[in-house]
Amino acid sequence: MNPDASTIAAGAPIEVDLSPVAEGQDIKVFWRGKPIYISHRTKKQIDEARAVPVASLPDPQSDEARVKSGHDQWLVVIGICTHLGCIPIAHEGNYDGFFCPCHGSQYDSSGRIRQGPAPANLAVPPYTFVSDTKIQIG
Amino acid sequence: MSGPSDYQPSNPALQWIERRLPIMGLVHSSFVVYPTPRNLNYWWTFGAILSFMLGMQILTGVILAMHYTPHADLAFKSVELLVRDVNYGWLLRNMHACGASMFFFAVYVHMLRGLYYGSYKEPREVLWILGVIIYLLMMATGFMGYVLPWGQMSFWGATVITNLFSAIPYVGESIVTLLWGGYSVGNPTLNRFFSLHYLLPFLIAGVVVLHVWALHVAGQNNPDGVEPKSEKDTVPFTPHATIKDGFGVACFLLLYAWFIFYMPNYLGDADNYIPANPGVTPPHIVPEWYYLPFYAILRSIPNKLAGVIGMFSAIIILCFLPWLDAAKTRSSKYRPLAKQFFWIFVAVCILLGYLGAQPPEGIYVIAGRVLTVCYFAYFLIVLPLLSRIEKPRPVPNSISEAILAKSGKAVASIAVALVAAGALFVGTLQDARAEGDLKPPSNKWSFSGPFGKFDRGSLQRGLKVYKEVCSNCHSLNYIAFRNLADAGGPGYSVAQAAAFAADYKIKDGPNDAGDMFERPGRTADYFPSPFANEQAAAAANGGKAPPDLSLITKARSYERGFPQFIFDFFTQFQEQGPNYVDAILQGFEEKPPEGVTVPEGTYYNKYFPGHAIKMPKPLSDGQVTYDDGSPATVAQYAHDVTTFLMWTAEPHMEARKRLGFQVFIFLIIFAFLMYFTKKKVWADSH
Ligand code: FES
Repeated sequence: MNPDASTIAAGAPIEVDLSPVAEGQDIKVFWRGKPIYISHRTKKQIDEARAVPVASLPDPQSDEARVKSGHDQWLVVIGICTHLGCIPIAHEGNYDGFFCPCHGSQYDSSGRIRQGPAPANLAVPPYTFVSDTKIQIG
Repeated sequence: MSGPSDYQPSNPALQWIERRLPIMGLVHSSFVVYPTPRNLNYWWTFGAILSFMLGMQILTGVILAMHYTPHADLAFKSVELLVRDVNYGWLLRNMHACGASMFFFAVYVHMLRGLYYGSYKEPREVLWILGVIIYLLMMATGFMGYVLPWGQMSFWGATVITNLFSAIPYVGESIVTLLWGGYSVGNPTLNRFFSLHYLLPFLIAGVVVLHVWALHVAGQNNPDGVEPKSEKDTVPFTPHATIKDGFGVACFLLLYAWFIFYMPNYLGDADNYIPANPGVTPPHIVPEWYYLPFYAILRSIPNKLAGVIGMFSAIIILCFLPWLDAAKTRSSKYRPLAKQFFWIFVAVCILLGYLGAQPPEGIYVIAGRVLTVCYFAYFLIVLPLLSRIEKPRPVPNSISEAILAKSGKAVASIAVALVAAGALFVGTLQDARAEGDLKPPSNKWSFSGPFGKFDRGSLQRGLKVYKEVCSNCHSLNYIAFRNLADAGGPGYSVAQAAAFAADYKIKDGPNDAGDMFERPGRTADYFPSPFANEQAAAAANGGKAPPDLSLITKARSYERGFPQFIFDFFTQFQEQGPNYVDAILQGFEEKPPEGVTVPEGTYYNKYFPGHAIKMPKPLSDGQVTYDDGSPATVAQYAHDVTTFLMWTAEPHMEARKRLGFQVFIFLIIFAFLMYFTKKKVWADSH
């Protein structure tokens, strides 16, 4: 009952052009049936994400470890709440990040869990920068 | 099923069979001469009711499956077409969907009865555990069935519930992938759920056979909890129990029919009339009512793994009940303390159910935690403790003695007191909640109530408003031109519908040259949508496609709140959708109130949740001319188009209510006949 060959094939990597995404905006693309949020973060959002002491977080992870260095303004996360799989809403909640409407989990501007029942940070999908304005997910 | 029978059929052909397969003897000994305790009350008829419901669900389900398409792109539509086009499809679907709720309602009564009268105690432990297994299978079946219509709640319910398994350490993620057959809930998931939803009921039927077998070996428990000792304590199953069960089923059918014909959507969620959309989670996900207590337990534990464990153990704990409660006395009738705690437990379950439907914030979370502790405390502390400290009243020596010394009816008063206390508690909770948004006013609709009918004039005017205004942006995908001439609709003739259709240009093809072409509409065509596809619709409307209107009056709703929703059950109030649509059309305000700003590209609407709606004010006075002299005002337009949209959402409503009335007359007469027959049969047994 595991995924069949065509499902796996449809899950091949995709390329996303980032040039139309202005600062402070984000886009949602689908990869393997999952929504991927790509946010072009503002300076303020990055600073906020880096100002919190990592040890105080429920799932400690530094912002630097969640983005690609040199492309710090881009946050790429799988938009699936780590609690029970709803899609969090971007730009909502108290942490300038994401808010899950299902059971009230809140994520910060680095996609890290800050409050609510979710146990872990929003997952970062495997991706690489093909050029400065293009990434490949998968 | 209890030992060899000496039954001998008189017909030689039957004798021939009987000697080779003693099936009639089996039936005879299990359902005819089988001795049942003479003091059983009506709570014992729920066993028969449940068997009846299982049969009903399988029967309607098999027929529904003949018309259903298990594919992510087609499932929603196939369910809608099944309701609209299949002969009595609406009836089948209502019977099956409401049937699930009724099935669970009956199973809860059945379980609580077992709990109250100690039916799980020695020698009936295996019987009880088989029952818990049936209940678990029912939950799985019900959940997968709810996924099949592939609406928003189906999809997101499936997502949330399958993700429960991801809490299992190490293997969780792979289990979830296995359930999905992909990387997220999608078409493979729907297919396997369909397959399992078809399979499990037959497994249930199999376990039911074991359950009945175990029952007939151990014998039925009874309200006094003493085993039958002599002939005097029992009556033969047929006709005594059969006719009593028949009467029970007839009464239950009355309740069932109330839902099927008058309140089919009362227990469902409006969001499930919106097709599944993997990109948007509904703001408030609630499971079906019968899972709510467990959902409340899940949410009140702030840790994911612990929450999942808590939820499952709330059910599994039932298996250990025979050993948790070691009291010698079976029936709570003779256990003064156990009786009180039982009713408290019932109240806890109902309150948990209520909390499961509320948003997880503030006071609800705290109340949920308290009640979760109460739930487990009942099994782990109260019952074991009671069996040690409680002094039960003396039980009668035999059933016939118990019948002679009918005890008082204190039980009912306790129940009433507790329910009242519970209601008060809930009432205060309601007050604690911050005042929400403005509720749409309740309008008068010609189609409300048990004899409601559509106002033909209003339908025709509404169609005109739709055609001239709404149809510029909104599609009406499930309505064909032929429907305009259907009975219970706007009342056009077939010729009028054909003429109406001919006004439209329909895209058809490809022709022999391989090209698409346009032709005038025919009655078999559906209303064309204003945009080529969803993306085009979204692009032309500021990023969000205007929703299809066929089902809009069923897909929108608002909270009626406690205790209103209870009254609604009796008054058959079903008009949240029309009230909402009507209110939205009239709720636009030029200027948002002081201090409120709406984002650019949106408009202020006082009834829209969040108040910023993307649709500009669609209607203004005098915009559509009516030829029948009705006032050309926004209020009238809104009323007419809403009536029209109620018809598009439920074209067979008049047939539903008409048939409902007939069925009710029949059932009431039937129930009376059953009652008097039962009286007669039991006349010399009391
Ligand atoms: S799914 Fe996001 S909080 Fe539960």
